[in-house]
Amino acid sequence: MSSILQVKQLHKQFDQLKAVNGVSFEVDEGMCLGLLGPNGAGKTTTVEMLEAIKIPDNGSIQYRGAPLNEEFRNKAGIMFQSTALQDFITVRESLELFQQLYPKVSDLEQLIQDCALGDFLYQETAKLSGGQRQRVLLAIALVNDPDIIFLDEPTTGLDPQARHNFWQLIHKIKQKNKTIVLTTHYMDEAYELCDKIIIMDHGEIIAQGSPRDLLSEHFNDVVIKLQKSDELESKLMTLEEELCSMSITRHESWVEMQTSDVNQAVKQLLAAEISLSSMQIRERTLDDLFLELTGKELRT
Amino acid sequence: MRWQRFISILKARDREFVRDRSALAWNILFPLLIIFGFAYAFTGDQLDQYKVGVIHQSENNEISFYSTQYIHFIDINELERTTAIDKVKRHQLDMLLEVDKKRYWVNDSSPSGYMLEKVLAGSGGEGYQKQRVQGAQVRYVDWLIPGVLGMNMMFSALFGVGYVVVRYRKNGVLKRLKATPLSALEFLSAQVVSRLWLIMAITSVVFIGCDLLIGFSMAGSYFNLFLVYALGAFSMISMGLIVAARVKSEEMAGGLLNMMSWPMMFLSGVWFSLEGLHPWVQKLALIFPLTHITQAARVIMLDGAGLLVILPNLVALLVMSVIFLLLGVLLFRWE
Ligand SMILES: Nc1ncnc2c1ncn2[C@@H]1O[C@H](COP(=O)(O)OP(=O)(O)O)[C@@H](O)[C@H]1O
Ligand SMILES: [Mg+2]
Repeated sequence: MSSILQVKQLHKQFDQLKAVNGVSFEVDEGMCLGLLGPNGAGKTTTVEMLEAIKIPDNGSIQYRGAPLNEEFRNKAGIMFQSTALQDFITVRESLELFQQLYPKVSDLEQLIQDCALGDFLYQETAKLSGGQRQRVLLAIALVNDPDIIFLDEPTTGLDPQARHNFWQLIHKIKQKNKTIVLTTHYMDEAYELCDKIIIMDHGEIIAQGSPRDLLSEHFNDVVIKLQKSDELESKLMTLEEELCSMSITRHESWVEMQTSDVNQAVKQLLAAEISLSSMQIRERTLDDLFLELTGKELRT
Repeated sequence: MRWQRFISILKARDREFVRDRSALAWNILFPLLIIFGFAYAFTGDQLDQYKVGVIHQSENNEISFYSTQYIHFIDINELERTTAIDKVKRHQLDMLLEVDKKRYWVNDSSPSGYMLEKVLAGSGGEGYQKQRVQGAQVRYVDWLIPGVLGMNMMFSALFGVGYVVVRYRKNGVLKRLKATPLSALEFLSAQVVSRLWLIMAITSVVFIGCDLLIGFSMAGSYFNLFLVYALGAFSMISMGLIVAARVKSEEMAGGLLNMMSWPMMFLSGVWFSLEGLHPWVQKLALIFPLTHITQAARVIMLDGAGLLVILPNLVALLVMSVIFLLLGVLLFRWE
């Protein structure tokens, strides 16, 4: 696989705030790269520099070995974190408008079908639901049949079903071997869609790799979740000595125990007569990784 | 410059404008309301008062004419004789007297003039020489229409470009367009052309509407009038581009646009003649496009003036258009 974007030592500062502080990575052709991080991490600032919308203070970006130029506009498909379309224009007219701005375009009917826009094609864009709107904006990003697609938090604010619908669309795009750069603060979204993720915080990269590799590098344990109760608390107290192989974290209504040996742990819990009726066992997630790396929760 | 991109942005803007029914209705109704308002306000029962302009009133030799009741005597400077005679032509003055030269002007078609002439002859003005003037009455509304049409263009031009582009910038429409191959020049020319033809279309509708409903005088050539209004609208649209270039908030844009349009509205001679104002204010008024539009349209419509007469106004409008346009395009930022 050859790299389509090469990013070296990007810096961008707003007044005193270093929004992006020395970020370097490569995007391979045909992959879906996820930029992951909490609000304010610098994800939008980073992608907007890649999109040639913001100009970096420092550093270089190369698209297929050359600096970003006018031609890049024809090759890039862009969906901003927040955009408005002109008022009083229908979905179809918006698509046609954007299509006419490009020299080479995708087939409009195919695009309408792929993004499932048929039901509201003749509605004004201002009157769409959140999920419909995001699909229209995605279709507009695809209107020039781009080689590389930038999606900035495309599912933020959508309900779970609309998010899953949107993920299906992205899977379809991936099948066409397009390169995607996606930002999100949902770890599950990154895990579901991305071949490689870059975790950012405070304008810097704190980890990068494939989701699986990242998890196996940092964790070799699983998490046992139990519902919190006073009884559980008091029993855990007495067990604390024996349970030294586990580390315990207390959340609002859950207690989580990390262990590398589930069998052993469950035996110990049963021996202490702890009720396991609310027990769940889960694998480590990217949320855990973020907590591990930064000492704070991704979403607060 | 790619025509396809220009045309598609133009089409989108036109659609937006035409489909925004309330704004469209307002654009047409607003000038009609103003013109009707004034047409009725000034055609009602006027005070039964005759207006007589007097040159060299100080030298008046106390003929009893001056003590006639219900005559309003207006002191007029000798240098403004021509203007005053024009007012007699338009029935804005019923009579003009020049005391030292013992002569007076009345309009042949004015009943008031005829009455005053009789009064003058019977109250000490026997020796005065009559100077004939001819001309149909110019109602205030006839005088008003050329400027009100220009004023309506001003609002539509300034806000329709200045405010709208700033709104596009604020809500992210411009940012989205920036991400396409569209150039600033293509985008801005589409905004200008769309607004220009919409203004001309709406002004034509208002013009015809007024003519059908109240009828007004149109002495000159329609081509000349079209030229003045088209160039005038273009210059004020370009003025709007300067506000559109950088401003990020609608409130700021609104403030700036009001700051531009209010002085123009009152100091461009739309509502009252600038003659009475301080000479400095009269000079200042010449930097407003609306002053030139009003002046030129008025002499075309009332006096049938030809191109030569309005040439200075046209040149002024052209120069302003070029300056505003250059500033607007050079200062423009998508974000
Ligand atoms: N135009 C701007 N002016 C000033 N500060 C900005 C601007 N854009 C972003 N920031 C700041 O830069 C930081 C990174 O923002 P952003 O890239 O939007 O983060 P993310 O997309 O990860 O939420 C934030 O602290 C944000 O407040
Ligand atoms: Mg963001």
